[in-house]
Amino acid sequence: MRPEAIAAMEPFLAGCFANPSGIHAAARAAKTALEEAREAVAAVLGAQPGEVVFTAGGTEADNLAVEGAARAARAAGRGDGVVTTAFEHKGVLAAADRLATDGFTVRRVGVDPGGIVDLDALARALDADTVVVSVMLVNNEVGTVQPLDEVGALVHAGAPHAVLHTDAVQAVPWLDVAQAAAAADLIAISAHKFGGPKGSGALVARDGVGLVPLLEGGGQERGLRAGTVNVAGVAALAAALQATVETRDADRVRIAALRDRLLGGIVDTVPDTFVNGDPGRKIAGNCHVGFRGVEAEALLVALDQADVYAAAGSSCSSGATEPSHVLAAMGLSRDDALASVRVSLGFASSDADVDRALAVLPDAVAQLRARMGALT
Amino acid sequence: MKVLVLMSGGVDSSVAAARLQSQGHDVTGVTLRLWGGETDSGCCSVADVEDARRVAAQLGVPHYVFNLSDDFGAAVVEPYVAAYATARTPNPCVECNRSIKFGRALDRALTLGFDGVATGHHARVERDPPGIYRLRRGADAAKDQSYVLYMLGQRELARTLLPVGDLTKSEVRSIASDLGLRTAAKPESMDVCFIARGQRTRFLAARTPARPGPVVDVGGTVLGSHEGVQGFTIGQRRGLGVATGTARYVVDLDASSATVTIGPYAALLADDITVRDLRFVHEAPGSRPLAVQTRAHGTPLAGRLEDTCVRLAEPAPRVAPGQVVALYDGDRLVGGGLAA
Repeated sequence: MRPEAIAAMEPFLAGCFANPSGIHAAARAAKTALEEAREAVAAVLGAQPGEVVFTAGGTEADNLAVEGAARAARAAGRGDGVVTTAFEHKGVLAAADRLATDGFTVRRVGVDPGGIVDLDALARALDADTVVVSVMLVNNEVGTVQPLDEVGALVHAGAPHAVLHTDAVQAVPWLDVAQAAAAADLIAISAHKFGGPKGSGALVARDGVGLVPLLEGGGQERGLRAGTVNVAGVAALAAALQATVETRDADRVRIAALRDRLLGGIVDTVPDTFVNGDPGRKIAGNCHVGFRGVEAEALLVALDQADVYAAAGSSCSSGATEPSHVLAAMGLSRDDALASVRVSLGFASSDADVDRALAVLPDAVAQLRARMGALT
Repeated sequence: MKVLVLMSGGVDSSVAAARLQSQGHDVTGVTLRLWGGETDSGCCSVADVEDARRVAAQLGVPHYVFNLSDDFGAAVVEPYVAAYATARTPNPCVECNRSIKFGRALDRALTLGFDGVATGHHARVERDPPGIYRLRRGADAAKDQSYVLYMLGQRELARTLLPVGDLTKSEVRSIASDLGLRTAAKPESMDVCFIARGQRTRFLAARTPARPGPVVDVGGTVLGSHEGVQGFTIGQRRGLGVATGTARYVVDLDASSATVTIGPYAALLADDITVRDLRFVHEAPGSRPLAVQTRAHGTPLAGRLEDTCVRLAEPAPRVAPGQVVALYDGDRLVGGGLAA
């Protein structure tokens, strides 16, 4: 975590333990911190403070946006069409699936081989019955930035009753979300993707966007998210967000150089390698490569044994790696998808980290290939 | 040795990892994710993976999860369903050992630079002075699992450690308890790991069309009808749906005509077993007397191997096609195959 986020949490873990909904002095202090955090988040995301709902992370924010907006729209008689893409985060896809079982018409639009939403297909999927469109701002596996302004224009033209949601969870460290997601009515973020704690997120819901809450009870967060607010987590989210924004431009340049050196080093030294996601349209921290003939699951173990942490596909509850639906949506063969790993870089990444990865990864790939070939 | 221990989350593989570590081996644990469906006896439920992970953490060894569910589906589950549909009796644990644990997982271990794998099976790997690997029954006769390892040859045995094979089950539990391992008192899984208890019929019905047919006696007289041959196995006595007054057994199954033949005990007896896919731990046994085991914990019968046919000294109930026929010389496994 960013030190600013840890410092912001501490008063609400050790000192001020009050519930911000109370009426006493300690509660007022907690309430002040909560609302200051809300203002800070709103300022960074280009929203009004009253449009920010704190959640327990990005998945909840995505669920609330997609399900909440769809159910509110259907209740208001505006329609029951939901349009999303095939390579969204599971937090969006699962919400759409649940809506489908409840009678909504759900369409999943394809993506191109470079990892960009197919805008023609999106335009065809939209109609007057569409009430929610959900297109992520940055893909969580291959790091491609989606053309949200164009998506917004298509929605405006083809689906006049729809709201546009964007999962911006991966975007915060790299993009000015206020500008990049200006076309969106709903924006989901998650603190742990920018140096904050896990289990803390937020949803921007523009004024006038109707939402049916997922959680009901005490009416917190304007009735949109019941339950005592996680003040420490919210304060840390806001502090991490502000710290991220302050150094974002410099970080982006620095990390892009590191990533280019890492990716170039891999591609130059490892034969039979391919890069996933259009390199010209990616965030700076994303490095997603495949090594033909290598099992990503084995490569991750070999890298871990050398203290290099990488990922592949998505993790299920048992910790097993599941084949990537993102790479499948981009049209990769199953073998290529299972040979692909991502080595993510972030604000804390250093030259030494890249040196380490370049010292380990090419040899690890070569060893795995040699030993695979030697199996009898 | 640098060893990858296949940790199911049970007590045997927990103790296997602990023993190897205390013997000075370089131990890494792995749990295989084999099946994504819902079961209540699963070898790969989230809770079992968590048990394995926590035992590894307690021992201070790395732990990984390998997702081999595609391979498991193709090499174990699909053949299991196909076998019942064609009136054979599958042995999924054997196919998992062959294709997954001592196949894919062993290959993965070697690819990663491990010297071999270890499991919690109750059997003993030994090396004769000339360098020949032998597989002996486990020290605990009641828990011996050499039968389901009949397919292991020199290549696999040279790369396999079975650290609890020389222990009784109660010794295993006692070691686990002394070490404070959370799996010390965990009950054993008894059922097919990918099917919830008591749900086999439903599992098969969902995957293969049931074809009703006649139940006939050995003379061909129709005695009744059945819903599909996959509900039956050779030697079955209960649930035949036919009242005959005397004990009757399934003596033949014919998938092509969906016919179940039942008969008296005498009609079930045979004095030879044709075996396919014969494998030997080291070399063929020639014509010397062998102990023939046709069920996981069955009493061995006296016999000899002639080419691909096992000749029994005394007639015995027929072995369902697809079942393992394991051949022993004393407590040493010689090899085996599947009943044709």
